[in-house]
Amino acid sequence: MSMPNLRVRLFGIACMAMAIALPFCVSTYYTQFFAKALIMGMLAMSLNLVVGHGGLVSLCHAAFFGLAGYVLALLSPRYDAASLLTTLPIAILCSGTAALLIGALVLRTRGVYFIMVTLAFGEMLFFFFHDTKFAGGSDGISINIRPEIAIAGRQLLDLDKPMTFYFVVLGFLVGVISLLTMVLRSSFGRALAASRDNERRARSLGFPIFRLRLTAFTLSGALAGVAGYLAAAQFGFVAPQMLGWHQSATILVMVLIGGLRSVTGPLVGALVLIGMEEVLKAHLDNWKLVEGLIIIGIVILLPNGVRQIWSMVFGASPQRAAEMKSAAAEARHA
Amino acid sequence: MDLITLGVQLLNAVQYGAVLFLVASGLTLVFGILGVINLAHGAFYMLGAYLAYWITLMTGSFVVALLVGVLVAFVVGILLETVFVRLLYGRDHLAQVLLSFGLILVIDEVRQLLFGKDVHAVAPPAWLSGSIQLTDNLSYPLYRLAICVFCLIVALVIFFVIARTKIGMIVRAGSENREMARVLGIKFDRVNRYVFAAGIALAALGGILIAPISTVFPGMGDGMLILSFVVVVLGGIGSVAGAAVGALLIGLTDTFGKVFFPSVSSILIYVVMAAVLLWRPSGILGRQDA
Repeated sequence: MSMPNLRVRLFGIACMAMAIALPFCVSTYYTQFFAKALIMGMLAMSLNLVVGHGGLVSLCHAAFFGLAGYVLALLSPRYDAASLLTTLPIAILCSGTAALLIGALVLRTRGVYFIMVTLAFGEMLFFFFHDTKFAGGSDGISINIRPEIAIAGRQLLDLDKPMTFYFVVLGFLVGVISLLTMVLRSSFGRALAASRDNERRARSLGFPIFRLRLTAFTLSGALAGVAGYLAAAQFGFVAPQMLGWHQSATILVMVLIGGLRSVTGPLVGALVLIGMEEVLKAHLDNWKLVEGLIIIGIVILLPNGVRQIWSMVFGASPQRAAEMKSAAAEARHA
Repeated sequence: MDLITLGVQLLNAVQYGAVLFLVASGLTLVFGILGVINLAHGAFYMLGAYLAYWITLMTGSFVVALLVGVLVAFVVGILLETVFVRLLYGRDHLAQVLLSFGLILVIDEVRQLLFGKDVHAVAPPAWLSGSIQLTDNLSYPLYRLAICVFCLIVALVIFFVIARTKIGMIVRAGSENREMARVLGIKFDRVNRYVFAAGIALAALGGILIAPISTVFPGMGDGMLILSFVVVVLGGIGSVAGAAVGALLIGLTDTFGKVFFPSVSSILIYVVMAAVLLWRPSGILGRQDA
């Protein structure tokens, strides 16, 4: 990964300024809509740590997302607000631990086995919440009152206000982006990428591949937990569908649309996909048919995500072009 | 639990495993020979069940539904291979996962346009309804027994094709070492199309056979897809014999899990899968270097 140049940095600052200005310019509905889109973007970015940077196609990340949501729902008192400062760490811990345990098993497998086994373990958690009564079964469970951010009984931020909630989400998002950028630039991130690009070479260089991947998987699961917690807090409701494999596949689509090789690509992918769904839903009854066809089209025509359109239209920098060429070649040979 | 109940449950387990085997063998063949992981496999299972419902309604004959349903699935498979799937050969698994996920959305909506989203029941053919007296005090539904026999025949046909025919030889070479087979001059192009179509037809066949026992409903493909994956992982990818072993294991685990440990039965198959993976990460009959 190259150091960000001035253009990239300016672009980032412009995006941030737009994100901050956004809730002042749009209606409450769209403030909530964008809060949801950013949460899904956070989930897609966490998944990409495993898929894009680790080269492991996981189909169980919705399970970690949903698990954290359920933790919030189960910890919330019926007639009172749960404290975000205590319940969020517990939710992250639960998702991270689940990812550690599942990761320890699934990372023994390779390639297509990995995809199938992650899918199966994700469904195990799905059925756990779907078939048992203690968390509402297939009906799900409501969170009557949003969690509050309070210290010594004094409320610091009112999450019931859509704009405040949006900014809290944005704050977490910036945190996740910074953390992922830092992780990927560290020696750990480089070793992870090395074991993705050429496992045999990385192994013979002495990298502890299993441990690297397990760490990435666990961290990714924990971050998916942050997104799941926020999603549950926003909707005030969790249901088994939150953990289902359709959800896992959908965030994989976001990752692919946004591009695999950057930190914020999946966020762009999430915004594109959720925006597309919103438009299709408004105009079509059978919108999923069109969505399915668009997904198929993207996979066939744009193996490097929407970034490819950008470079087709505006031309790519030589470095980016070379990077994409090698990625495309790799995709063909994999 | 007395011996009679045990016998009935054992037959149930075998019957369940037999249908699982059909669906999973399609999945494992398509992956073994084409190298394509197809998440839409369950959607074709569902489509088969809906076709069974619709054709039985139109013609009044389940046997016609069986024949026409499988044929329709085969033709759809050929069309899909020609239009979409061929673009995936050699692409990474991620592209395959996502394309087949897109396909699921499309199939689901097409199903809704054609058949609606109601839950349906299908009657087995009249000559297979009712029960058969196996021993003095063990009677068993005839249709379920017929499924076991039918699946056994299909399994034998699959094994015969793989072991004795030229297509089978290519399939074996492909699932053993695709690169090497290609280097040795085997042309996969045409065989690919038939294998993919056969895989789809097997999924649909599973759905058609299960329709008279279970209900026909929109989400039925999902559960079957996951179970087929578990079966394929247990048996070893690309191995049809492995699919048979895996399917039987899951059939037994699920049926007896529901009898003995009803509260945790839905988790039990994953426990079995985890245990097998700890023992052999590439499945019971899978190549361990894969």
